[in-house]
Amino acid sequence: MPIPSSLVTLLVGMALVLSGLWVGYNVDLLPLAASTNAPVYDSLFRVLFSIGTILFLGIVGLVVFSLVRFRRRAGDQTDGLAIEGNLPLELVWTAIPAIVVLFVGLYSYDIYERMGGMSSLNDHAAMHQMPAMETMEASVTAVEGGKEPAARVWGGIGTGAGETNVLPVEVTAMQFAFIFHYPEGDITSGELHVPNGRPVELRMKANDVIHAFWVPQFRLKQDVIPGQPTVLTFTPTKAGSYPIICAELCGPYHGGMRSTVVVHEPDAYDAWLQKNSPVTATVASALSTPTA
Amino acid sequence: MTVAAPNDFQESLQPQGWLRYFSFSLDHKVIGLQYLVTGFLFYFIGGAMAGVIRAELASPISDFVSRETYNEVLTLHGTVMIFLWIVPVVNGGFGNYLIPFYVGARDMAFPRLNAVAFWMIPPAGILLIGSYFITGAAQSGWTAYPPLSLTTPALGQVVWIVSVLLLGGSSIFGGINFIATILKLRRPGLQLMQLPMYCWAMLGTSILVVLSTPVLAGTLLLLSFDIVAHTGFFNPALGGNVVVYQHLFWFYSHPAVYIMVLPAFGLVSEILPIHARKPLFGYTTMVYSILAIVVLGLVVWAHHMFTSGTPPWMRLFFTIATSFIAVPTGIKFFNWLATLWGGKLALNSAMLFSCAFIVNFVFGGITGVALAQVPFDIHVHDTYFVVGHFHYIVYGGTVFVIFASIYHWYPKFTGRMLNEDLGRLHFLLTFVGFNLCFAPQHWLGLNGMPRRVAEYDPSFTTLNQISSVGALLMAISSLPFLYNVLVSAFRGQVAGDNPWNALTPEWLTSSPPPVENWIGEAPLVKHPYGYGVDEDTLSVEAATGRDLWSGAGRR
Repeated sequence: MPIPSSLVTLLVGMALVLSGLWVGYNVDLLPLAASTNAPVYDSLFRVLFSIGTILFLGIVGLVVFSLVRFRRRAGDQTDGLAIEGNLPLELVWTAIPAIVVLFVGLYSYDIYERMGGMSSLNDHAAMHQMPAMETMEASVTAVEGGKEPAARVWGGIGTGAGETNVLPVEVTAMQFAFIFHYPEGDITSGELHVPNGRPVELRMKANDVIHAFWVPQFRLKQDVIPGQPTVLTFTPTKAGSYPIICAELCGPYHGGMRSTVVVHEPDAYDAWLQKNSPVTATVASALSTPTA
Repeated sequence: MTVAAPNDFQESLQPQGWLRYFSFSLDHKVIGLQYLVTGFLFYFIGGAMAGVIRAELASPISDFVSRETYNEVLTLHGTVMIFLWIVPVVNGGFGNYLIPFYVGARDMAFPRLNAVAFWMIPPAGILLIGSYFITGAAQSGWTAYPPLSLTTPALGQVVWIVSVLLLGGSSIFGGINFIATILKLRRPGLQLMQLPMYCWAMLGTSILVVLSTPVLAGTLLLLSFDIVAHTGFFNPALGGNVVVYQHLFWFYSHPAVYIMVLPAFGLVSEILPIHARKPLFGYTTMVYSILAIVVLGLVVWAHHMFTSGTPPWMRLFFTIATSFIAVPTGIKFFNWLATLWGGKLALNSAMLFSCAFIVNFVFGGITGVALAQVPFDIHVHDTYFVVGHFHYIVYGGTVFVIFASIYHWYPKFTGRMLNEDLGRLHFLLTFVGFNLCFAPQHWLGLNGMPRRVAEYDPSFTTLNQISSVGALLMAISSLPFLYNVLVSAFRGQVAGDNPWNALTPEWLTSSPPPVENWIGEAPLVKHPYGYGVDEDTLSVEAATGRDLWSGAGRR
């Protein structure tokens, strides 16, 4: 007795779903995860990869199967079957993608919330009250930008996390470098040094054209736009050195606009802070201790 | 007002013979081929630029061309491929050639506007490419984001704007012409829901063109004021807002993606039923899914700006809207798969390119749905992941369809067949080269390679070299194609009027068709996809326009 085609279809479908899930949960395509939101991102990636694998293998399988099974044999001049449509079938394959994308959309919304992306930004009224001319003054020493960053946030993930021991760093992007300035300790650096496990708040400004601050290991990217100071927060979770990459075309040396973020263990970070502080060592240590 | 009788037209001052292809011809078929050949010339120029980019990226340091030249080349590559190759070819080229046949007309609604629309393209293209040699080309990418486009050399940027304005104007003229032709020039008795699917695709595309291209034109005018007259629309130093430019730019440039792929969807819908010998599956849902893509396509633009400081509600809305485009698009793909199912598939070059289009586009669509998710996009935005994604859409999708269409309609254009062996070789090289070139770019983007860079982390060297080898294969693949289309025009096997036994109206006339398309009256084709084993099927060889019109042998 031949196996009923519906059973074969069911078995093939189950094999497809299982293989997609297996591939999704064993795939290793992403760089090291070194911030609190990187593992969250990676779990979204696995889900998307599983769904994508199932769909892709299924459709490619159907195309290849059709090309082999239904190929025109030599000398056959007849037509195929005159099937013009099948409304129930079409409803099914309208409903399935709709449910899948709805699920994906809601799930990624949840992920986004866990990454801090939906935390309340200041409303637009605050933006409009801000004098337009003030915003374009983006310089390394613009302290007034650092005083109330919450009032002028334009986007970015993880803003206003409500953490108490946040490390503020002022970032200025220019052609073709990032300059990092530490208000606590008054250090200016070409590299970003941060302690492991402590939330960092980047207050970002651009001097000339649009740049983008990207650390692949943190799964974070934020455009740095002239005239729009932006805040980006993250919490590193693994000590090490990771590249900071400009991801928005900013001129001839765009490809060379790179820096490094060094995630220290807290002790090593304090040592770095002391060593580099332009003020005397005692003042620097006094500044760094109350942050805990 | 007098209405010109059809015969007046033939006795006009229009040149005959080969000269008409270089003239201000009003014949839609001549204009279609003018678009097609011009588009292919620009395709090879843009391809050479891609070659420069891939040669530069074969090594991690900037050593092949200067950094400024590299940015000029990547700007020109994007602009040429979009505005001078894909948009003119899938809209102007195949649209002009096929739409009048499909609606049963002798020409487009506005033949002179049609010729004007075409003749805006060569000067725009020469201006754009000439700018590289004369003034220095624009360096700010095809997106021309301010403030970069305000600070890079002004002359090249202004020439770029003028060129894109001309091309946008050409596109608008073409769009108006297609809408008028499809809605008002249908042969009496031919209803909208009896039109071949390409008509619906072109109607949807033209609506998008007419709604969104003027926004791009206005935006670029404001940008040119900022450059030339030092106004401050988009200059933050003068109180302007650069994000506003991005909104306006993408309000056109996301629909532009559908302007590039919807016609390809239409062309595939014509090719698959003929070579599968089956009706197009689910005609009605195909039509509604095109209309849904048109509507949704207009409200998804901000997904290009998820890292630009957009407010959270906007990110959420555009995530959902973008994801939902997958639904009508998915319907079309399932319908094509169902069209193949149970058919008698001829494994010729047209079919192979069409099936590869399905595979490539599904891959690009899956990465597209992923990119629509804000948290996913935030990591890979502006990286090689995006470069890989959109090349899977526009090259793996639309360009594969253009090649399928060339293999399918070449017999109609010239009266001669293309060589199938060379065609399959072309397919094999293109398919392998394309995937070798663009698949590794997804990994590069995920792992930290931004786009538009002339230098990169040395750990990415191997995959970039694989990608460059793929690009080389793609370049080589155009050799058998070029040889095939050039030689077959003179030595190819004579095709006859209807080598594929097709039912759509362009095949129900001679190959190549006469001026004004049919010697007698235009056929009324109410079932353009009436293939399939059915006892009362009319033999295509024996059919005349009158038979089809009167419905003899039809349901």
